[in-house]
Amino acid sequence: MSKYDREQILRTSGVNVLKCMRCGKCSATCPSYDEMEYHPHQFVYMVEKGEIEPLLQSKSLYKCLSCFACVERCPRGVEPAKLVEAVRLQVIRQQGMNHLKPDDIPALLDDDLPQQAIVTALRKYSK
Amino acid sequence: MNFSYYPGCTLKNKAQDLDRWARLSAEALGIHLEELETWQCCGGAYSMGKDEIASKLASVRALQAAKEKGQDLVTLCSACHNVLKQANDAMANDPDFSLRANNYMALDTPYKGETKVIHYLELLRDVVGFDNLKKAVKNPLKGKKIAAYYGCLLLRPGKVMQMDNPENPRIMEDFIRAIGAEPVLWANRNECCGGYAVLEDKAIAVKKSTAVMDNAADQQAEMLITACPLCLYNLTKNSASETRLPVKYFTELLAEALGVKE
Repeated sequence: MSKYDREQILRTSGVNVLKCMRCGKCSATCPSYDEMEYHPHQFVYMVEKGEIEPLLQSKSLYKCLSCFACVERCPRGVEPAKLVEAVRLQVIRQQGMNHLKPDDIPALLDDDLPQQAIVTALRKYSK
Repeated sequence: MNFSYYPGCTLKNKAQDLDRWARLSAEALGIHLEELETWQCCGGAYSMGKDEIASKLASVRALQAAKEKGQDLVTLCSACHNVLKQANDAMANDPDFSLRANNYMALDTPYKGETKVIHYLELLRDVVGFDNLKKAVKNPLKGKKIAAYYGCLLLRPGKVMQMDNPENPRIMEDFIRAIGAEPVLWANRNECCGGYAVLEDKAIAVKKSTAVMDNAADQQAEMLITACPLCLYNLTKNSASETRLPVKYFTELLAEALGVKE
């Protein structure tokens, strides 16, 4: 399963993990660093080594803000956010694995919350 | 001059001001924004998965609609702009994605990323010109110290967005100068506000928005401007800063300067 997951994640992300030179700039610039159990550079390293299972189980998947800071600042063009997204897709594409459900939404609303926040969260957390 | 215009879901609801002042100001500058007759929500975020096809089709349909009208497509919401621009780039440069998306579209001529997508700020810089905008200003916002907040979506990824230098931009600062005000230089102008994570983890949004607001206040800004409804929401509702500066859509200040704000 893990080998299949790794191949699928690499295909979905289009990321070449072998380009990484382990400088850590992606994690240094990540606005969610403090909230993450596994940081962007660890996603790259762990996918390379095939250590997929801990990533699939990690809440870190839902802490990425899709701000593209790591994509922009990686000196090797590895683009770690695409890997985080691909691992998350691997989880939420499975039946019953949505992280956020439409029924959860009403309780999360307030009068000013822009529609943009709702559609973005659903796109990121649900399939 | 006529342009196709994609307002997006939020500009029809919580961010109606962003839209209204943009349309009025454009008319005052001799530009007519023609809203696409049928458009669907872009989804708010670009799916980075290369094998995500269906979630990008709303963007492709909007891009194709502008192509049929032979017009450039103007966006305003930072998120819509980011999504449409990235989808357009994939249609032009990712043959596998382009083929699969076109299979859904069933067009006589496949769409290959021909439409030029420009943000409203680029319309002001590249079509109107900031010099001409300056001449059109009736009520210059003299002496106002304004912090331009780019956030994450307007500039990144830089090689696709191509609006400005992603690490040292100037388009919003030049806009601020054109309307007669004074831009403040500050570090956090292209850092994230916490974004959509606010929906299930408010603490992230509080932390990130507070850092942004504190930095703007430290640099003596009187207000912040943005093109993003979610940035405006997070900064106004979730920053825990001692000094909570007003946050406005840049189009509101534009309308004020042009004398078209009712």
